[in-house]
Amino acid sequence: MSDNLSRIVPVLLQGLPPTVIATVGGIVLTILLSVPAGLLLLSSRRWVRVLVRIYVEGFRGTSEVVQLFWIYFVLPVLIGFQLVPLWAGVLVLGLNHGAYGAEIVRGAVQSVPRAQYEGAIALSLSPAQRMRRVIFPQALVEMLPPMNNLFIQLLKSTAILALITVPEVTRQARDVLIPNYGDDTILIFGLVFLVYLVLAAILTALMRLAERIASRRVGRRPSRAARVAARAAGPGVSDRMAGI
Amino acid sequence: MAAGSTSLWDWDYAFSIIPDLLKALLTTIEITVLGSAVAFVLGLVIAVVRRARIPVVDQVLWALVEVIRSTPLLVQIFFLFFVLPRFGLTLSAFVVGVTALGVHYATYTSEVYRAGIDAVPKGQWEAATALSLPRSRVWTGVILPQAIPRVLPALGNYAISMFKEVPLLLAIGVVEVVNAGRELGSETFRFTEPYTIAGVLFLVLSYPASMLVRRLERRAAVR
Amino acid sequence: MITFDAVEKRFGDNVVLRELSFDVAPGEHVTLIGPSGSGKTTILRLLMTLEKVNSGTISVAGRYLSHMVKGDKLVPSDEKYCREVRMRIGMVFQQFNLFPNMTVRGNLIEAPTRVLGLSKDEANARAQDLLDLVGLGEKIDAHPTQLSGGQQQRVAIARALAMRPDVLLLDEVTSALDPELVAGVLKLLRDIGESTDITILCVTHEMGFARDFSDRVMMFDGGRVIEDAPPEKIFSDPDHRRTQDFLQAVLNH
Ligand SMILES: Nc1ncnc2c1ncn2[C@@H]1O[C@H](COP(=O)(O)OP(=O)(O)OP(=O)(O)O)[C@@H](O)[C@H]1O
Ligand SMILES: [Mg+2]
Repeated sequence: MSDNLSRIVPVLLQGLPPTVIATVGGIVLTILLSVPAGLLLLSSRRWVRVLVRIYVEGFRGTSEVVQLFWIYFVLPVLIGFQLVPLWAGVLVLGLNHGAYGAEIVRGAVQSVPRAQYEGAIALSLSPAQRMRRVIFPQALVEMLPPMNNLFIQLLKSTAILALITVPEVTRQARDVLIPNYGDDTILIFGLVFLVYLVLAAILTALMRLAERIASRRVGRRPSRAARVAARAAGPGVSDRMAGI
Repeated sequence: MAAGSTSLWDWDYAFSIIPDLLKALLTTIEITVLGSAVAFVLGLVIAVVRRARIPVVDQVLWALVEVIRSTPLLVQIFFLFFVLPRFGLTLSAFVVGVTALGVHYATYTSEVYRAGIDAVPKGQWEAATALSLPRSRVWTGVILPQAIPRVLPALGNYAISMFKEVPLLLAIGVVEVVNAGRELGSETFRFTEPYTIAGVLFLVLSYPASMLVRRLERRAAVR
Repeated sequence: MITFDAVEKRFGDNVVLRELSFDVAPGEHVTLIGPSGSGKTTILRLLMTLEKVNSGTISVAGRYLSHMVKGDKLVPSDEKYCREVRMRIGMVFQQFNLFPNMTVRGNLIEAPTRVLGLSKDEANARAQDLLDLVGLGEKIDAHPTQLSGGQQQRVAIARALAMRPDVLLLDEVTSALDPELVAGVLKLLRDIGESTDITILCVTHEMGFARDFSDRVMMFDGGRVIEDAPPEKIFSDPDHRRTQDFLQAVLNH
C-alpha cells in the first residue's frame, strides 16, 4: 500500500489544475454575473426585472447536470462548434452559481438602510455614485458570508465536470486510480476528500480575509452570527437574507 | 424515426420520448422522497445528539459533518459505490443513491435544525425544567414542536435542491431523467430533445415547489 | 428663496399637507413647530426631493423644484433635473446618516469632489476648515462609528455645509442625542446662523433655541399653517388656542 501511495498521489495531483481552474474561473464568472444581475433585479423597469428573473429562476430551477449536458452536448449543435470541456464546465458553474449569487446581491443591497440612500441623495450624488460609493460597499459586508457558502458549493460542483471528460480530481480517481489500484480504494477516496477539504479551507480563509477587510471599512467586526446564519439558510433563497 | 433528421427540433421525436422520460422522472422523485426522509430524520438526530455535547462523540460528529459538507456529493456517491462492496456490502445503485443523498443532505439539515432549536427561547427550557419534565419529554413536548415549524421552509428548500442533484446518480447507472435522456439520445444521435425536455421537467416541478416554500416562509415570518 | 404654492401631499388616503402655501426669504431662519404627524418632516423631505408632491409646486431660488418647464408646460421633475436643483440644498437628519464605509474625511469630501468637481486638495482644505469650525478638527481621519452621537451630528452638519448650500434643512437634529450633548450642537447651529447667510428651515422641539434662533416660527396642524409669526409673538402671545395648547404641552413635558 505504501508503495502505491507514491504512484497514486501524482495521478491525483494531475487532476488539481483543472479543478482549480474550474473553481477560480467559475467564481470569477459567478461574480461577474451575480453583481449586475442582483442589481438589475432591483431595477425600476419591470421588463428588466422580468428578464433577469427568467435567467435566475431558469438556472435555479433546473439541475446543474442538465445544464452541463445541455451546454456540452446540445449547444454545439446549435452554434456549430464543440466547446472545450473545461470551458463548458466553467460556463455552467458560473451561470448556475451566478443565478444564486444574484439573489444574495439583491438581498444584501436591500438590507442597507433607506437612510443611507437619503443621506446620499441629500448630497446630490447621482444614482450611480450612490450605489457605487455608498450602498454597495455596505452591502458587500452582508453578502460575503453567503458568498463564501456559494463558492464552496461551486468548488464541490466542479466534480461534475468528470461527467464530461474533464480530467479533474474526481475523474482521475474514478477513471484512472480505481480501475488500477482496486485494493487501495479507501486510500484513494481518503486522498480525494483531503484535496477538496484543503481547497475548501483555502477558499474559506480567503473569504474570511475579505470579510475582515470589508467589515473594517464600514467600522464593524466580521460577524460570526452572519456566517452561522448563512450556513443554516441553505440553498433557498429567502426574501430575508438568512433563513430561519 | 427521427434519426438523422437535421432540423434543430423534431416535435414527433420529442413527443415519442416523453413517456420514457416521465417514467425516469418518477424514479427521480422516488429517490428524492426517500433521500429527503433520510436527511430529515438523520439531520435531526445529529442536531439533537450534538446539542448534548458528549465528549468525543461531539468531535467525531463535527468532523464527519464538516468533511461531508465540504466535499463533492459525486465523490461520496462513488465512495459508497466502490468502498462498501469491499466490506461485503453490495447495494443496488438505487440504494447507494438514496443513502448518499440522504447522508449528504443530513449534514445540511442538521445545521437547520440546530438554528431552529437555538431559536427557541431559553425560558422554554427553564420552564420545562421547572416542571421537572423528563429530558425526552422536554424535546418531544416542548422544544421540537416549536423548532420544527420554523425550519420547515428550509427543509423544503433542501428537498428541492436534492431533487435537482439526483442526476448525479447517472454516474453509477441509476436511470433517472438525464440518464434516460442519454440512453434515448444515443439510440438516435439526437440529444437536443431529451436534454431540453429533461430541463423543462425539472423546472416545471421545482419552480412551483420553491414558490410554495417561499409562501410558507413568508407565513412563518409573520407569525 | 423658498416658495410652496398650494402644495398637497398624500400618503395613500392620508392627506398630510393640504393646499399649503408659504414663502421663505433669502437668509431667513424659519422654525417649524407642531404636533407629531403634522407634516413637518414631510415638508423638509419634499424640499430635499426625497418625496414628490401630489399637486401644487415648490420652488427654490426662483427655480421650480417639484416640476420642470418643458416647452411651455410644467411637468414633474425628473431625476436629472432634481439633481441640479438639489445641489443648492443641504439637509441634516435626526439620525445623522453618516456613511459608515467612509472616514469622517471621506464623508466630507465625497460630494464636493464628485458632485461639485472640486480637486482633492480643495475638498480636503474645505473639510479641515469645517471640522475646525464644528470643533472636530483632529477627528478628520476617525471613523464615524468611533464618534459620539453629538460628534457624529456635528460631522453631519459639516458634511452638509461642505456643499455650500443656499438652503439648509435641519430635522430635529438634536432629538437622537444624549441631553448633555444637545447644548453643544445647538450652539454650533447658532454660530452658523450668525456667521452665514444660508436660508435655514428647521424642525425642533427645543423651544428656547427656536426662540432666539428664528426670524419666524410656523405652527402646523392638520396639514396647514395655523400660525406664522416672529418667535416673540408666538411664544408669548399666540393667536390660536391650538398653538397655546401645543406650547403648554411641549414646555411642561
Ligand atoms: N413614507 C410614508 N408613508 C406613509 N405615511 C407617511 C410616510 N411618511 C410620513 N407619513 C405620514 O405623514 C404624516 C406626517 O408625517 P411627518 O413625519 O411629516 O410628521 P412630523 O410632523 O415630522 O412628525 P414628528 O414630530 O413625529 O416627527 C404622518 O401621519 C405619517 O404617518
Ligand atoms: Mg418629523
